[in-house]
Amino acid sequence: MDFQVVVLAGGSSKNLTPLVSKELPKPLLPVANRPVLTYVLHQLEQSNLKDLIVVVEGEDAALVVGAWISGTFIDRLHVEIAAVPEDIGTAGAIREISHHLTTKDILVVSGDLVSDVPPGAVAATHRRHDAAVTATLCSIPVSGPLESGSSVGKDKAKKLGRYNIIGLDPGKQFLLHIATGAEIEKDARLPKRILRAVGQMEIRSDLMDAHMYAFKRSVLQEVLELKDAFQSLKEDVLPYLVRSQLKSEALSNRTPQGEENGNEKVTSLNNQVFVSRILANASIPSFHDRSSETPDGSAPTRKTHKCCAYIASSSSYCVRLNSIQAFMDINRDVTGEADHLLSGTDPNNNIGPSPKLGTKTTVGPHSMLGEGSEVGDKCQVKRSVIGRHCRIGSHVKVVNSVVMNHVTIGDGCIIQGSVVCSNVQLQDRVVLKDCQVGAGFVVTAGSEYKAESLARKEK
Amino acid sequence: MGAQKKSATPRVSEDPEDLARNPLQAILLADSFATTFRPITLERPKVLLPLVNIPMIDYTLAWLESAGVEEVFVFCCAHSKQVIDYLESSQWSSKPNFIVTTIESHNSISAGDALRLIYERNVIHGDFVLISGDTVSNMLLTEALQEHRERKKKDANAIMTMVVKQSKPSPITQQSRLGTDELFMAINPVTKQLLCYEDKAEYSKGFISLDKTLIADNPSIILHNDKQDCYIDICSQEVLSLFTDNFDYQHLRRHFVKGLLVDDIMGYKIFTHEIHSSYAARIDNFRSYDTISKDIIQRWTYPFVPDILSGSTAIKVERQGTYRASDVTVSRSADIGSFTFIGQGTKIGNDTKISHSVVGEGCTIGSNVTIEGCYIWNNVTIEDGCQLRHAIVCDGVIMKSGAVLQPGVILSFKVVVGQQFVVPAYSKVSLLQQPTHLDSDEELEYADNTSGTGEPGYKLNGDITPDLSETAYELGAGGVGYIWSVFEGVQDEEWRQSVAPIPTDKLIKLMLEKDEDDEQLTQDGNVFSASGELKADSDDNGSGDDDNEDSGDDYVFFEKEVEATFLRAVNENVKVDHAVLEVNALRLSYNMASVDCAGAIFYSMMKLAVESPHNSASELHKNAADIITKWQKLLKSFLHDIDEEIEVVLKFEEMCLESAREFAALFPQILHLLYDKEILQEDAILKWADEKEGADAADKVFLKHSEKFIQWLKEAEEEDEDE
Repeated sequence: MDFQVVVLAGGSSKNLTPLVSKELPKPLLPVANRPVLTYVLHQLEQSNLKDLIVVVEGEDAALVVGAWISGTFIDRLHVEIAAVPEDIGTAGAIREISHHLTTKDILVVSGDLVSDVPPGAVAATHRRHDAAVTATLCSIPVSGPLESGSSVGKDKAKKLGRYNIIGLDPGKQFLLHIATGAEIEKDARLPKRILRAVGQMEIRSDLMDAHMYAFKRSVLQEVLELKDAFQSLKEDVLPYLVRSQLKSEALSNRTPQGEENGNEKVTSLNNQVFVSRILANASIPSFHDRSSETPDGSAPTRKTHKCCAYIASSSSYCVRLNSIQAFMDINRDVTGEADHLLSGTDPNNNIGPSPKLGTKTTVGPHSMLGEGSEVGDKCQVKRSVIGRHCRIGSHVKVVNSVVMNHVTIGDGCIIQGSVVCSNVQLQDRVVLKDCQVGAGFVVTAGSEYKAESLARKEK
Repeated sequence: MGAQKKSATPRVSEDPEDLARNPLQAILLADSFATTFRPITLERPKVLLPLVNIPMIDYTLAWLESAGVEEVFVFCCAHSKQVIDYLESSQWSSKPNFIVTTIESHNSISAGDALRLIYERNVIHGDFVLISGDTVSNMLLTEALQEHRERKKKDANAIMTMVVKQSKPSPITQQSRLGTDELFMAINPVTKQLLCYEDKAEYSKGFISLDKTLIADNPSIILHNDKQDCYIDICSQEVLSLFTDNFDYQHLRRHFVKGLLVDDIMGYKIFTHEIHSSYAARIDNFRSYDTISKDIIQRWTYPFVPDILSGSTAIKVERQGTYRASDVTVSRSADIGSFTFIGQGTKIGNDTKISHSVVGEGCTIGSNVTIEGCYIWNNVTIEDGCQLRHAIVCDGVIMKSGAVLQPGVILSFKVVVGQQFVVPAYSKVSLLQQPTHLDSDEELEYADNTSGTGEPGYKLNGDITPDLSETAYELGAGGVGYIWSVFEGVQDEEWRQSVAPIPTDKLIKLMLEKDEDDEQLTQDGNVFSASGELKADSDDNGSGDDDNEDSGDDYVFFEKEVEATFLRAVNENVKVDHAVLEVNALRLSYNMASVDCAGAIFYSMMKLAVESPHNSASELHKNAADIITKWQKLLKSFLHDIDEEIEVVLKFEEMCLESAREFAALFPQILHLLYDKEILQEDAILKWADEKEGADAADKVFLKHSEKFIQWLKEAEEEDEDE
């Protein structure tokens, strides 16, 4: 397929401190003991999209990520690594690498997406409609720790966050309206013009933008070039394209054509169609004349450009790792209900020295122990991921937590709902609840923390 | 009043089965409370106008009967005598299981009044169908009723089910094929609840607003521009009492439906029922008269078609949709085209061509006449060589030889068109003179007129003797009748709801206008051009600003309205309470918060102060003080909490910077004044000062000005605390 893929892998993310560090940029954060980027790359490989540009924020991070990719995917994907400055936004990042883009269509994927939505299907939808942009929409994941699922069912339904307000055509193929960010909290304002053209629009607030877009390269490059204030694909470029998709049904060819030569023909053809439609209207239309008056699905947008939507089925898994909560959720889900994501990601993983368990130690379901880890006696591991080469003492309880690699946990520790980064040392009888412990931190014996973020001071 | 007597002895529900179930009732409004069918409706009520030779009300009643309705209350107001006489003499007074009762009123001016009256009569005992007497339908009610009842059982607030139907308005004229304005509805696709209803489309406003709470409550909403309101409602009893509770509800849609949708205190809900294969439409204007007539001739309304409905007189349906009564005399050389109806006893001369038209009973049509797309009622005489295109010709009209009707003409009862006279397009001709004034509220005007002057003496046959002054002879030699002049402003829109099809040049003009509009939008809203290229725009954030501007516009309009209201209150010495009411009404209609009201009122007050004559700053101060003193109650009624008070200060600040710089020097004095009058509490002022503390130097100008005052306030506060 003539598709270039841009993976926006990010770099250091403020939301994720203290989890990320220089040695461990965001793309390499472990999800079920594999770097999160694995999941995107794996999905792309499955869809036979092998021409990739991975964009990383910061030179250092780019080196680390590059090293990892070349080690893992060397003969499977054709990957270029591009480093861009930090804080230039997603649109800025694309602008930076714009000159590398050559194919007709571009697929832009966020590197922190853990999803089973096939990128190939998105690309195919895009191609089928010859769209200017195709956005992937997915159902809003149920976020939050497990207990929310139990009792307060009704409250939760209300609290279910709204991320986007999305307008779709009746066939659910075209994206007619999108509101993001602060707009969601206001009353929705929907342009009548597009409503008139399409006839009906479905307003959905239970879908969200999954950060996987297919763009027509020429359109994307033009937008980025002309709108140098645009920072974000999600909040600027996509809404802009959606807003401007329908200019006029009766536009004549007075503007010079762009590089797509095919457009010219289509436009003039449409004018003819339009004029004939007017003439048809002049006589009293007969009953049930919808077909002549209602433009068939694509007609309202054909004049200008189409914005399509690929709606992932509600059963598919699609979450972005963009907060600590999301990090916990994803780790929980990937080892649990969404464990099909693991299959084939890294076949070698489970081989190697298998973890050693002490006596009377139980490892519950939805848990995972990395290779070479050792767990002492009478421990409990529930719904948790424990990385490689960890040493865990006895009488330790690990529940709803993520423990990265090379972590030492002393006897009698209780860890609940926490993230423990690599090389952390927890001395005996440490109690952590809803904490994050940054890499290399040492927690002294007997200390108790609740809902705190512990990290080494930066040197 | 045979019908009424019947209702006095309804089928007494003695047997236990009947106790459980109320007979299905219907309210039929035999008055549309509108003036769209003038001048015809000055002489005959709309529901009795023939639709393919059968009075409209017969279609409605026949449908109600077939849909299982057992008792119908016909509400008549304008020309009520004619309606009652007709119903008594018709088949409807003698049906065994279908009771038609008339309710007469002479002073109802709206559907709201009608329903209030019916509520007082206490005749409705359960769910009922609310319909107006000009509706043609063949839908089955059972499904909709079932849905309505089930919903009602689960949720007592589900009090109404509206019937809607697919119909996409034309993208160019933005009106439906029935000539009604485009309608925007928001419906929950799962529950079918109606969430938003916007029929009076403001062409200038390019956006539809959905309240954020709607979106929060409904994960999926479908916004429809392609649905038509059939004006068939299934209502629960509560609807009537709601009308009584809200005595200002007049219009069924504009007031009642919108009122319920906006009101979230009572939580009443309206649902929709979409019909797919059956027919339902209401005759709202001349265009829908034309459209629906054609639909009837083409049998979309089966079984409610002329040959079946008329029953007694034999009407044959021939090929190509030609309907011909039994004793029609047609010359051999006459050409009766497709989709044409010829009524009983009509004579048609040589070489006459008729197509797509309805010709009533007892008409005499001469030779070489061309009739195309016309509705000719009964006993009309058309002499040789006349040409009629897309016109409505009422009973007893005489067209002398060679007369021509251009498209869109309406000839009311007994008009005579002189020889060779050409009636210009879209004229309305009547023997009655045009009412001299056009009230802004047309509904009221119509009702006043009919209940006053229009009432006496009008018989079914339009047996009237209007006095005809000389000007009545506007219609050429031998012609009788007045050509009504078209009111300013309406002129351009005449074609929209006429019987004649929309002329192509209008369409092209509209299309070009639309183009220009879009062009405008392109410039304002950074719209992509056709080729997929971008137009460079001066302002990169234009797209974002655009939105703000628009919502800003709303506020500007609102502010203007409030100002006008306030000025009127000042000039006419309106009581404060009334002014409060008016401003509140504005607030609701513009969907503003009371913060906005406070801001707008204060703005109006200050503006008035600036605009009243003054020579020096002290006089200005006096002006302002007077106004504030006089109207402080009005302002205070919108200042419920501290935020609103802060808003007033901010507004004042803004004014001093922009529209009324003269106040800049007086800022602290006025602030003090407001404090003295207890319009602003000290908390509000201090909070404002706090907020401003962090602002730019430029923003702090007024804070500096009033430093002393604030200092004083703070000290006063401390002293208070000390005590």
